Amino acid sequence: MPSSDGPGGPALLEARGVRRSFGGLRVLRGVSLRIQPGEAVLVAGANGAGKTTLLRILAGLSRPDAGEVLVNGRPVRGDGGSGRRAVGFVSHQSLLYDDLTLLQNLTFAARLYGLPRPADAARNALDSAGLGSRADDAPRRLSRGLIQRAAIARALLHGPTVLLLDEPFTALDAAAAERLRADLAGRLAGGLALVVVTHRLGEVWDLATRVAVLADGGWASDEPRQGTPESFLSRYHGLVGA
Amino acid sequence: MLETLRLALAIAGKDIRAELRSRTALLSAVVFAALVLVVFNFARDPTALAAVDLAPSVLWVTFALASMVALNRAFTIEGENGALDGLLLAPVPRSAVFLGKLLANLAFVGTVEAVTLPLFVLFFNVDLSRALPGIVGVTALATVGFVAVGTIFSAMAVRTRFAELMLPVLLLPFMVPPLIGAVQVTARLLAGRPLSEMLGWLRLLALYDVVFVTLSLMVFAAVVDE
Repeated sequence: MPSSDGPGGPALLEARGVRRSFGGLRVLRGVSLRIQPGEAVLVAGANGAGKTTLLRILAGLSRPDAGEVLVNGRPVRGDGGSGRRAVGFVSHQSLLYDDLTLLQNLTFAARLYGLPRPADAARNALDSAGLGSRADDAPRRLSRGLIQRAAIARALLHGPTVLLLDEPFTALDAAAAERLRADLAGRLAGGLALVVVTHRLGEVWDLATRVAVLADGGWASDEPRQGTPESFLSRYHGLVGA
Repeated sequence: MLETLRLALAIAGKDIRAELRSRTALLSAVVFAALVLVVFNFARDPTALAAVDLAPSVLWVTFALASMVALNRAFTIEGENGALDGLLLAPVPRSAVFLGKLLANLAFVGTVEAVTLPLFVLFFNVDLSRALPGIVGVTALATVGFVAVGTIFSAMAVRTRFAELMLPVLLLPFMVPPLIGAVQVTARLLAGRPLSEMLGWLRLLALYDVVFVTLSLMVFAAVVDE
């Protein structure tokens, strides 16, 4: 097993020299990242900076042109993809089937992850997300905010130790956003490694242990969280040239 | 192996549940098959060609076209809301994903064929009483091969802008060998010919199944992974 130990101890999630181009457009130019248990990295960057591409590569959904991603020292890519079992991912899309109910969607996901008593696991996840009363509804009958809650419940269903979130607070109301923040804080205390991509820094600022800015295909900065979102923003605009 | 089969069954079960809820593919394919049979029925000249001579070709052209409608649905459902990402994100071997989709597609296409066959008898007044077991057998043999290829092409087409147009363009050329074999065997079955006259065609169909199911299993990961 490849070692992912380094300064500060073993990394739960490690990306080494990740490069990715689309046609002639070089989106990521050798991005590396190490995240240890309990760390939460807030990734900021301008539109088109490659944040979503990076998350998809970290999740094993996209193949990097060069470099590798390890979760718990295991490759996230490849047919076995043993590292993928530990990963939860919330993307711009819900990953839910419109022709299945929420309960059927999450039960199916639980089966894919080999959870015992998948229907019970799915029902518990929906209850935790406050969606117990909507378990028999199909996603198309739900509001955008409820779908987002279901998508998050799906991502957390198997108890991932690495969680990748792309704009997770989109469409959530204040109560749901607060519940998500509390849930994430609890999981971070339990050793979760978290990467959050967002343009609304204030929503996850208090959870973050590090704040990294992606610009021109690489890290323009990656430093421990300090100060307030407002104080960071003045430096951020300088970094991304906005 | 057992784990792969368990996951494949879970994926097939999901597809079947979704289809039972929406009834999109099955209903469209069955209606389409009935329309094709109606068109053939009125387009033929009964004084020029006996129904039994035309029947094998009509049956298999109908099966092929209706299957295309059913197969179009196979990965369209995965394109909705990025659901394919959910499948690929899970620690599931790609072979299990392919087998699951193949099993679900076989169930859909098999159902369409099972509904089409009585309609075909009705429209063409062909006596299938003696040939029925053989026709069921050759239908199963031919269907496995072209559904395997259709499953792969459906996965390829879903990432293109014109998925529903791409699938027939990609799949029809690959359907020609099993269609020729199935038509030849069906014609001999309807004519009451001995099995020895069909063995060559049956071997061709079996070989096609083995080659294309194996090839599809091998290339599926490359097709679905970004």
